Amino acid sequence: MLSRQPVEIRTSPHLKKAQSVEDIMRNVVYALLPICAWAVWQFGISALVLIVVTVATCVGTEAFLARLQGKGGTVGDWSVTITGILLALTLPPGFPLWMAVVAGVVAVGLGKMLFGGIGYNVMNPALIGRAFVQAAFPVAITTWTPAFAPGRFTELIPSTLALPFMRPAPVGEWIAGLKIDAFTGATPLAIQKFDHVETGTLDLFMGSVPGSAGETSALLILLCGLYLAARRMMDWRIPLAVFAGALAVAVPLWLANPAVYPSPGFVLFSGGLMLGAMFMATDMVASPVTPLGVILYGLLIGVVTVVIRLFGGLNEGVMYAILLANALSPLISDWTQPRVFGARRQGRWFARKPEGP
Amino acid sequence: MGFLDFFRSHQTFSFGGIHPLEHKELTASLPIRRLPFAPELAVLLAQHRGAPAVPIVKVGQEVVRGEPIARAAGFVSVPMHAPATGVVRAIDLCATAEGPKAEAIFIKVYEAATQAVLYDAPVDVEAMSPDEIVLAVQDAGLVGLGGAAFPSHVKLKPPKDKVIETVVVNGCECEPYLTCDHRIMLEKTDHMLRGVRIALKATGAKRAMIGVEDNKLDAVQAIAAKLPADGTITVHAVETKYPQGAEKMLIDSLLGKQVPSGGLPADIGVAVFNVGTLAQIGELLPRGRGLIERVVTVSGPGVERPGNYLVPVGTPIRFLLEHVGTKSDANEVILGGPMMGMSVASIDVPVTKAMSGIVVYEKDHADQKHRFVFPCIKCARCVEACPMHLNPSMLGQLARKRQYDVMEQQFNLNDCFECGCCAYVCPSNIPLTQYFRIAKAINREQKIEAAKDKK
Repeated sequence: MLSRQPVEIRTSPHLKKAQSVEDIMRNVVYALLPICAWAVWQFGISALVLIVVTVATCVGTEAFLARLQGKGGTVGDWSVTITGILLALTLPPGFPLWMAVVAGVVAVGLGKMLFGGIGYNVMNPALIGRAFVQAAFPVAITTWTPAFAPGRFTELIPSTLALPFMRPAPVGEWIAGLKIDAFTGATPLAIQKFDHVETGTLDLFMGSVPGSAGETSALLILLCGLYLAARRMMDWRIPLAVFAGALAVAVPLWLANPAVYPSPGFVLFSGGLMLGAMFMATDMVASPVTPLGVILYGLLIGVVTVVIRLFGGLNEGVMYAILLANALSPLISDWTQPRVFGARRQGRWFARKPEGP
Repeated sequence: MGFLDFFRSHQTFSFGGIHPLEHKELTASLPIRRLPFAPELAVLLAQHRGAPAVPIVKVGQEVVRGEPIARAAGFVSVPMHAPATGVVRAIDLCATAEGPKAEAIFIKVYEAATQAVLYDAPVDVEAMSPDEIVLAVQDAGLVGLGGAAFPSHVKLKPPKDKVIETVVVNGCECEPYLTCDHRIMLEKTDHMLRGVRIALKATGAKRAMIGVEDNKLDAVQAIAAKLPADGTITVHAVETKYPQGAEKMLIDSLLGKQVPSGGLPADIGVAVFNVGTLAQIGELLPRGRGLIERVVTVSGPGVERPGNYLVPVGTPIRFLLEHVGTKSDANEVILGGPMMGMSVASIDVPVTKAMSGIVVYEKDHADQKHRFVFPCIKCARCVEACPMHLNPSMLGQLARKRQYDVMEQQFNLNDCFECGCCAYVCPSNIPLTQYFRIAKAINREQKIEAAKDKK
C-alpha cells in the first residue's frame, strides 16, 4: 500500500521517450558496419587492421583521458567508437598504423576530450584527427592502393606496418608487382582534376575504385544513411542540403564547359562527399540545431567542397568544408533562431529589445 | 470505420508536438461512477487563479449540500459551495498538492444524510442577459476544469476593447491516461451543448467550434448527432498529438491563427473553454446550483480499479485511492496527467476543482527508470518537438550557465508553457522543463526584488 512505500517526487513530464544517446550512437555504429565490411572486402586485411587500430586507439584515449578528468566511463555511450570507425574510413587503406594511432589520439584528445567530451566538441573529432595527419604526413595520406588486389586477404599492404617515426615502405614496387593494368596511383578525383578524365559514374556508385578505406561505394553509404534516416537517428536534411549545395556549383560549370568540369553524377559519387555528407556532416554535436540552420550548414558544406575540388590546390575538399561549417554552426544557429509561435516580427534581426533600464 | 473515417482529419497545429503512448484504453470505455462520501471533506479557499474565497460560515455551523460556504473576493475569484451535507468542523490550514499549507473549510459529513442537492434556485437562462449569465457563472463557482482553474466568468466577459468572435471548445484531452473529458462528451453531451450555447450568448460570439482529438471519434459522432441545425456550433476532429489540448495549439489547429506571443486568446477574438467546464455550466446554471463535484480519471499502472469517478470537491486523495485500490509497490502519485501533472509528497491533500486526473505509478515502471543525464548533444529533437517553436537546446545550455535573463530576453523563455515535449524527447535525459520552470521562478523573484529596490 502506498503509505508504506517511500514516495517518489519527480517533476513533469513523467513520461520519457525510450530513445537515449546510447541508442542513437549504437545505431550509427550498426550503420557503419556494412561500410567497414565493404572496405575490408575491397582492400583486404590492411583495412581491417586499420579499422581495429583506430577504434582501439580512440576508445583507449577517451578512457584514459576520462579517467584523468575524474569522470566515469564515457566509452559506453558508443560515440567514441563512431569516431574511431569514421577516422579509419577516411584514411587510405595502406596508411601506416603508427600514423593511424597518432590520428586517433589527436582526434579524441584534441578534437573531443579537450573540449569536455561528448556534447562539447566544436568540430567532428574524426576529421580533426584526419586533418592533423593530412598536415603531418602529406605523402602517406595520398598514397593510394588499388582495390581488389590479388592476395589482399593474405598479405598486408607493405606501408601498413611501417615502424614508428620511419618513412613507410614505398608501395610503388608492390603495386607494380601486382600487375594490375592501368593503376596510376591516383583517385578518380585526382584523375579528373589533373587529366580531365572522368571515371564512370557506375564504378563510383558501386565502389570499385581506389580511395580512402570507406568512401568508395556511394551506393552502400547511401543505403546505410537511409537506415539511420528511417530510424530518425540522422537529420536527412543535412545530406540533401550538402548534395544541393554541391550541385548548385557543379551543374552550371559543367553546362558551361563539360570538357573541363566534372558531371553532376561524378561530383556526387566521387571522393568522400557521400561519406562526409551522410556520416560526418550529420554529427549532431557539431551541426546547427535550428531548422533553417541545418539547411544553410549543408549548403555551405556542398558549395565549399566543390569550390575546393575545382579551384583549390587539393583535389578533395570535403574534410575542410565540414570542419569550416562545424566551426560556423554555432553562429548559423544563432542567426537562424526559430520564429517563436505567435511572434509579431520575423527572426532575431528584428528581435525585441531587452526590456528594463 | 467507413462512417467514422468521414470525420478523420489532419487539422493540427503549426510546429512540433509529440506522440506519447496514450494508455487511454484503461479507462476510456468505463462510464462515470459516483464514489461514496469521505468522512471529512476539505474545501480549499484558493483552488482557482485569483483571490482566495472568503468563508461565510462559522465553525460548528451545519451546511446543506450545495450551500455557498465562501464568497468570491473580487471579480477574479469564485465562491465555494458545500460538497456534502454536514457540519463545519474547522476553518484551518490544510496540506495542498503545491506544498505550502493553505486555508480550507473542513466539513464533517453526516453519514445518514440523503446527500441530495437541496440548495438550488432554478432560473430561466434563456431570459438572462449576458451580464447576468456572467454573474451566474461566477456564483456557480466555475473555473476551468481542464487544469488551468482560471475563473470561467472572467473569460466570458472580455475587456471592452476586445470582441469575441469564436468560442473554441476544448475536447482534446491530449494528456495520456486521462479520459474524463471523453466520458463527459459521451455521457453529458446535452449539458455540454447547452453550456456552449450559454457561452455563445454571454460572449456574443457568432460561432463555436468543438475540437476533439481523432482518437475519440465516438465522442465526435455523439456530439455531431446533437448539433443544432443552424450551424453555429461545429465539431472538428483534430490530429491526436500532444499538446493539442493547449489552448494556443487548439486555436491554431482549428482557426489557423496564432495567439500573439505574450497575449491572450481574446486578443484574436477567441475564448477557449474545456468541455467539462461547459458541461457544468449547462448543468448547473439552469438550476442555480454551485460546482461541488467533478469527474476525475484515476488511472495508471499502480491502480487496481482504474476508472472515471464523480468525486466531491475536497475529498482526500487518500480516501479516493483507498477506494480504487493501489498496488503494493505503487510509489508515485501524479495529480493531473503525466506530461504536465505534479507528483505529490503526501496523499493527504484534497481534490480540487481543476484536478482532472490522478495517475499512480508503481516502482520500477519503465517510465520511472533512473536515467543517466548526458551533456546536450545538439540533436535538435527538442527544437523539432517544441510547439512554441523555441530553441530548448539553447535554453537548456543557458540554464546550466544560470543565464536566466538571457533566456528571457533573447530566447523567449516566457513563451514556454511547460508542456514537457522537449524533456520527453531528449535522448540525453536533460530535465529541460524543470530547468525552464526554475529559470522563470528566479526571473520572477528578481523582478519583484528589483521593484522593491526602486521603492
